[in-house]
Amino acid sequence: MLDATPKEVSERKALRVNPCKTCQPVGAMYAALGVHRCMPHSHGSQGCCSYHRTFLARHFKEPAIATTSSFTEGACVFGGGSNLKKAVKNIFDIYDPDIIAVHTTCLSETIGDDLNSYIQQLENVPEGKIVVHTNTPSYSGSHVTGFGNMMSGFIKYLSKADAVKNGKIGIFPGFVNPGDMREMKRIAGLMKTDYIMFPDTSGVLDAPIKGHYEMYPKGGTKIEEIVALGSCEKVLALGELTCAPPAITLKSKCDVDFDSLPLPIGIEATDKYVMALSHFAKTEVPTALEDERGQLVDVILDAHPNFDKKTVAIYGDPDTVLGLASLVLEMGMVPKYLLTGTPNEEFVKKGQALLDKFGVEGCKVKANGDLFELHQWIKNDKVDLMIGTTHGKYIARAEDIPLVRAGFPILDRYVHSYMPLVGYRGAMRLLELICNALMDRRDRDAKDEDFELVM
Amino acid sequence: MNEREKILDKYSARVFKNRKDHIVELDDSGMPKQIAANSRSVPGLMVNRGCCYAGCKGVVLGPLHDVVVLTHGPIGCGYYSWGTRRNKGRAEDGRNFMQYCFSTDMQEPDIVFGGEKKLKQAIKEIVEIFHPECIMICSTCPVGLIGDDTSAVAKWAEETYKVKCVAYSCEGYKGVSQSAGHHIANNGLMKHIIGSGNAKPDKKFAINILGEYNIGGDGWESERLLKLIGYEVISVFTGDGSYEKIKNAHVANLNLLQCHRSISYIAEMMKTKYNIDWIKINFIGIDETIRSLREVAAYFNDPGINARTEEVIASELEEIEEDRAYYREKLTGKTAGIFVGGSRSHHYQNLLADFGMKTLIAGYEFAHRDDYEGREVIPDIKLDADTKNIEQLTVEPDNRYYHLSIDKEHFDALKEKTDLEYYAGMFKDMGDGTITIDDFNHYETEKLLELFKPDIFYSGIKDKYMVQKSGTPSRQMHSYDYSGPYACFKGAINFARDTYMSIFTPAWNYITPPWYSKPTLEGRIGVEAIAGGEQNA
Repeated sequence: MLDATPKEVSERKALRVNPCKTCQPVGAMYAALGVHRCMPHSHGSQGCCSYHRTFLARHFKEPAIATTSSFTEGACVFGGGSNLKKAVKNIFDIYDPDIIAVHTTCLSETIGDDLNSYIQQLENVPEGKIVVHTNTPSYSGSHVTGFGNMMSGFIKYLSKADAVKNGKIGIFPGFVNPGDMREMKRIAGLMKTDYIMFPDTSGVLDAPIKGHYEMYPKGGTKIEEIVALGSCEKVLALGELTCAPPAITLKSKCDVDFDSLPLPIGIEATDKYVMALSHFAKTEVPTALEDERGQLVDVILDAHPNFDKKTVAIYGDPDTVLGLASLVLEMGMVPKYLLTGTPNEEFVKKGQALLDKFGVEGCKVKANGDLFELHQWIKNDKVDLMIGTTHGKYIARAEDIPLVRAGFPILDRYVHSYMPLVGYRGAMRLLELICNALMDRRDRDAKDEDFELVM
Repeated sequence: MNEREKILDKYSARVFKNRKDHIVELDDSGMPKQIAANSRSVPGLMVNRGCCYAGCKGVVLGPLHDVVVLTHGPIGCGYYSWGTRRNKGRAEDGRNFMQYCFSTDMQEPDIVFGGEKKLKQAIKEIVEIFHPECIMICSTCPVGLIGDDTSAVAKWAEETYKVKCVAYSCEGYKGVSQSAGHHIANNGLMKHIIGSGNAKPDKKFAINILGEYNIGGDGWESERLLKLIGYEVISVFTGDGSYEKIKNAHVANLNLLQCHRSISYIAEMMKTKYNIDWIKINFIGIDETIRSLREVAAYFNDPGINARTEEVIASELEEIEEDRAYYREKLTGKTAGIFVGGSRSHHYQNLLADFGMKTLIAGYEFAHRDDYEGREVIPDIKLDADTKNIEQLTVEPDNRYYHLSIDKEHFDALKEKTDLEYYAGMFKDMGDGTITIDDFNHYETEKLLELFKPDIFYSGIKDKYMVQKSGTPSRQMHSYDYSGPYACFKGAINFARDTYMSIFTPAWNYITPPWYSKPTLEGRIGVEAIAGGEQNA
């Protein structure tokens, strides 16, 4: 497995091998699926839309709807305005969404299609229906950037500041699974907070089977809620590197203040989330939630000999990696390698700050990296565990390292998108996954005489 | 209104005008039917098609395990086509580049100032780190738009590093689907790779398998049987294929064509250039496998080959006899819909028929008219602008490797009774009110499920979960839902087992909760309080 990967790390200026990121549009498509009765629309070649739908369907094991402008060579020469116009008419005629969320591709960006004017010139948008857009050039940022850009697109078109604030808090959940969004909402509910979550893919990409297909399941942020974001008292941008940009967009358009918080993965990050809600809603933390926290700390203490000082490589999206790093540090583990493919040097600063806080030395933190490089690091200095997305399974197999799957995308396992990583419950689930991976490995490798019944 | 009209009914005049020719109801009259195919999709319709790059890199070139296939473009395209097609491949030296994704990961400055410099640097790094013998460059959309000359870079790489380097201008917007990408890949392989090895055509029963991508190990299963019979498999295009092998593909005596759509160009060009005959075979389905093996044997007309062909058929049939009868009993009378690429929707109808299943509805994503109607329509197909933009490569006979073929009398006799240089297309195996849809979309799929209510629907991941949500068992025919092989005799049993499993898995019985059919609140008519209500009263 990966036998062509040499141990010696050489500097690469142009070649990307085994990326740990993908392009902006798929993030935009995911964000748009978190809006109720929304059709994501890819303005480019058919292949982009097909790849992105496939990718989302493989991660969520759910239908991922989206349409395309189906560019051919003619559209590249004359511009994609006519294709968009036809597409919008057909989408409303046939699929009847309430809103179409257009994102661009490297193709339409390179030819310079001006979506602002295309959309203004649309004459066939039915009464009460809406078309919004965002720019997601695939040649900058990553899917995480695209997610934030699509949020900003919705905000720019829809959010309005009323004269009177609506007393609500906006929660931007970050690039996370429906299971995470559900858990964030449960906690906000326990805190008796009046909130608007945007976007919200719970109830969309984890909709139950009923024996008939619903193109638009009941989940997703409603259009009027996106409008009302402009009158929120405040926004919590969870996942600072993902959600601060749209929070800034909302701030500049509607003057809504925001707090950037890390994704609530692990004890302290969840504490911050809970306290921010408590502060906003002026509610005490209920016993039920406090008990969840106490249970989490309890099991960490019970199980700590199994993971304390174990080394781990964590890779994936920036906010997710930082969250996971924070949890493993709290567990006493050593996050030896932290890597994201997303180009964002803030990630390195924040990762290093976490390591400094726990006094852990000798770790590497890198943004704009790839899994080829991570593999080379591991070849030179092995770790006990890997935590990250499916693509790491090649390394895990090559180096015989246990792998805990977390983040986006997970293409080779089921159920993950329903289960949270966030909150005290999510941390407990991660703890179980980590602990089981390490203990299964210990069982597997033990000699007969060392094989323990009780552990 | 018949079924076809019901499907078209919702469309606006413009969409109707386009789609009506892509939907054909088949009957048993024997009159040839015409379908519109290989034309532009309607913007806004949720189609299943991919792009030119997906056809070139994803389908044809991706499975070559000793080639570094470098995607020149922003990161997405390379990332999505990394390890997602289930082409199994083994590299004898362990250096299998299919486990890797190589990309130039173009950034904004590369788009503004041109990407050739970065491409050259990436090739330099590939050579230094991976030392491959062959590099292939696949362009994505922006590359063609900004005018990077990838062919010149490939030439530079060959001169500078003494490696084989081929550039494919397979930008996503070219053509109307993956199909254009297949053609571009075929042209590149023909121009630069096939015949570049120096092996001599001096073998007796040497064959190539074309259009076999070894999804789920199908190619390995076909190869196993062919080798048992006594054929030498020179190369496979391109499942578990390699540069090392396909550069000597010119030494084969016969090309076996599994997927007609994606690779018939190479079969035709090798005929002109090397005088290698080709035959359309199909290793999907028991009866089809038997037919194919016998027709290939008939081509070589050798007593030993004939005898071993019958031995292998008999022994394989014996091995699957019990399972075959079991699944035939379980599946007979079940109905199916099948919508995949450009070949399988036909191939699998034969396999379904082996188990007594009937295909009610079928269609392709990116086929051409001949894949539906048979090769006899090729002279009548009018090429539109999108197709004309794809290079039509013309080749000349190559005197070094030109073959002696079988004699004309034998050839003509075979052409009468076998699929030698012929493909009949899907339509002739359908009829009886069944429906075929070209370039099917999400809405039409919903409609088909509603109108035909098939017992199982075979298509791809983009439909799979929608179909399943509607209560219909679904299986992916691009990836076999991570199962396989489905080819030949044992593969047929795998397929039947998987189909049986998907239709009968117990969870189907639990979709409707019991409280929908049985009341949970109990009480007596005429009595005021109901049980459970009493406590609250």
